[in-house]
Amino acid sequence: MRQKNGFKKGITDGLPICIGYFSVSFAFGVFAVSNGMSVIEAVLISITNLTSAGQLAAVPIICAGGSFIELALSQLVINSRYLFMSASLSQKLSSQMSVVQRLIVSFGNTDEIFAVALSNDTQLEARYMYGLILTPFLGWTFGTLAGAVAGNILPSVIVSALGVAIYGMLTAVVLPQIKKSKSMALCAFIAIVLGCCFEYLPFLSSLPGGFAVIISAVIAAAVLAVAAPVKMQEEENACD
Amino acid sequence: MISMRFLICLAVMASVTYLLRMLPIVVLRQKIKNRFLLSFLHYIPVAVLSVMVVPAVFYASDSIVSAAAGFAVALVLSFFEKSLIQVACAACAAVFVVEIIMKYL
Repeated sequence: MRQKNGFKKGITDGLPICIGYFSVSFAFGVFAVSNGMSVIEAVLISITNLTSAGQLAAVPIICAGGSFIELALSQLVINSRYLFMSASLSQKLSSQMSVVQRLIVSFGNTDEIFAVALSNDTQLEARYMYGLILTPFLGWTFGTLAGAVAGNILPSVIVSALGVAIYGMLTAVVLPQIKKSKSMALCAFIAIVLGCCFEYLPFLSSLPGGFAVIISAVIAAAVLAVAAPVKMQEEENACD
Repeated sequence: MISMRFLICLAVMASVTYLLRMLPIVVLRQKIKNRFLLSFLHYIPVAVLSVMVVPAVFYASDSIVSAAAGFAVALVLSFFEKSLIQVACAACAAVFVVEIIMKYL
């Protein structure tokens, strides 16, 4: 049966994500302007990308005058998880959904929207997905605006403190996953050791930071993919 | 004023991110079968996020000492699986307190 108020339900389901996004993107806005970006640039990035980790990685690359290749590769590696999430989401979307509707829904497949969408028992209608994407999108956009504006007028000691907010959030995302699995912990450890090599060793440290993140992460994930491959029947868990 | 370079950067990052989300939804109709690829995609988020945090977090505030204090607080609260907002706010508060203390030492 087709849900009458699919859009409304989507809006409601998206509200908690919206609130969370407002605070995360506030920190992104502060981070962007403290790296030298303008308010409008920070907001444009949030409107067109709607992704936390990728945007965070892009700011230093853009501000340091990095190459377009470095920027594209950083987004490719950091956001490659969306390939998997979208593949999974595609199985849940209503078969009546048109290509145009799929093109629109694709834009909003973030980690959190994906998680909430998949928690539904029914096939997902386009109207529901629009609602579920709209509220977090607004939270993300206006949070960035508020953070970018505040970052320009807040005292420096506050901006300095807010600088760690986004890293705190990333820690809160990663650590519970590391805690659950030894191979995840090993993966994180290898990535961090490689990342530190790129940061501190002579010669290696001349490589732009974006590449250091990409290379470290790809090597760590590839090593673990060989050493501790996922069980094939655990496909559903693998996308968490 | 927005530079041409920024607009190209914006187009590059937005299109890469969008293509990654869009292609499987529009093109791919079957589940991925390759075990290495599945495993790689399973590990890549944690690998990326970890190396993005360390060592960069230590340079996120005005001093390495206060940043380390903030990160330590974030690690402890994350270990006890507090919410993203709680962890972030506590980390900021720790940095703030340490920097105020350092000013008067």
